[in-house]
Amino acid sequence: MRKDFLRGFGEVWPMLLAYAPIAALWGAVAAAQGFSPLEAVLMSAIVYSGTAQFVSIDLLKESTPLSLIVFAVATVGLRHVLMSASISRHIQRFPKAKASILMFWLTDEAWAILERRALHERLTPAYFFGASFPLWPNWVLFSGIGAVVGNQMGDGAAIGLDFAFAAMFIAVLAGFWKGPRTGAILAMSALAACLAKLYVPGAWYILIGGVAGMIAAVLLHSEQETA
Amino acid sequence: MSVDPHFLLAIVLMGFATYGTRVSGYLLLRGVKIEGRMKAAMDAVPPAILTAVIAPAVFLNSWAEMIAGAITMAVALLRAPLLVTIATGVAAVVALRYVFM
Repeated sequence: MRKDFLRGFGEVWPMLLAYAPIAALWGAVAAAQGFSPLEAVLMSAIVYSGTAQFVSIDLLKESTPLSLIVFAVATVGLRHVLMSASISRHIQRFPKAKASILMFWLTDEAWAILERRALHERLTPAYFFGASFPLWPNWVLFSGIGAVVGNQMGDGAAIGLDFAFAAMFIAVLAGFWKGPRTGAILAMSALAACLAKLYVPGAWYILIGGVAGMIAAVLLHSEQETA
Repeated sequence: MSVDPHFLLAIVLMGFATYGTRVSGYLLLRGVKIEGRMKAAMDAVPPAILTAVIAPAVFLNSWAEMIAGAITMAVALLRAPLLVTIATGVAAVVALRYVFM
């Protein structure tokens, strides 16, 4: 169990480094909007979604109706419904309560690491926890530091840290290559996501690209080869 | 240091929204047997979502991100460890941004 936890941690720790400046930046933005360090820390601990937090921090300040803020958070999180559905196939043996709790830590990064692992080995709760949980205290801690000292972490882009996330997703993506059909799915997703990013406001591009790829997969699917 | 009660209510509801999206896929599909077209669609979720998340960052920025993305993919296809692949991608984007500046 401990071994599985450590193996999960062994794969997620580079993301801790990559996310420290992003969390600190968010904390600094929150402080600049007039939120206290305690409020920034609480929001990071409870909402725990970078995208949702960056989107909602302005809305909160503008005293937008609460229902609209919650709706905005849910829509930027819709991609997680698909991620959660996909990972559910690999954790059917987890007790329901344990799996439901672990899902709290199913961030984009944790999800990618879990899918990569599930390609070759059975997921265990200890591995899931090790690969996902450490991101949480890291995110909360550096949000607080950012809120207290302002963003002193420097510009992460200068040392390429903004690309670490993309690089990890590309690395994980490579494991899913199964021939030309995968190529068609990837092309459809990429095209739809880029078009949506250009022409649809908000974070809809992820969901649009993901669904486009799923549609491509269904269109290319022939019943005969279902085994 | 204080916490405004309205703010607390807001973040708790937002927390429910985030957690709701993360747990719902699991609860919906738990114990459901997935086959045929549905299986094809679900099998496509990881590559499709991974691609959709990064495609704008890779294709809609500059040549630096596009080339660094290609280099990262090449290293990943050689089955390099995750950390080596990420480090190569990050180093490539730094070098290429310097070149294309």
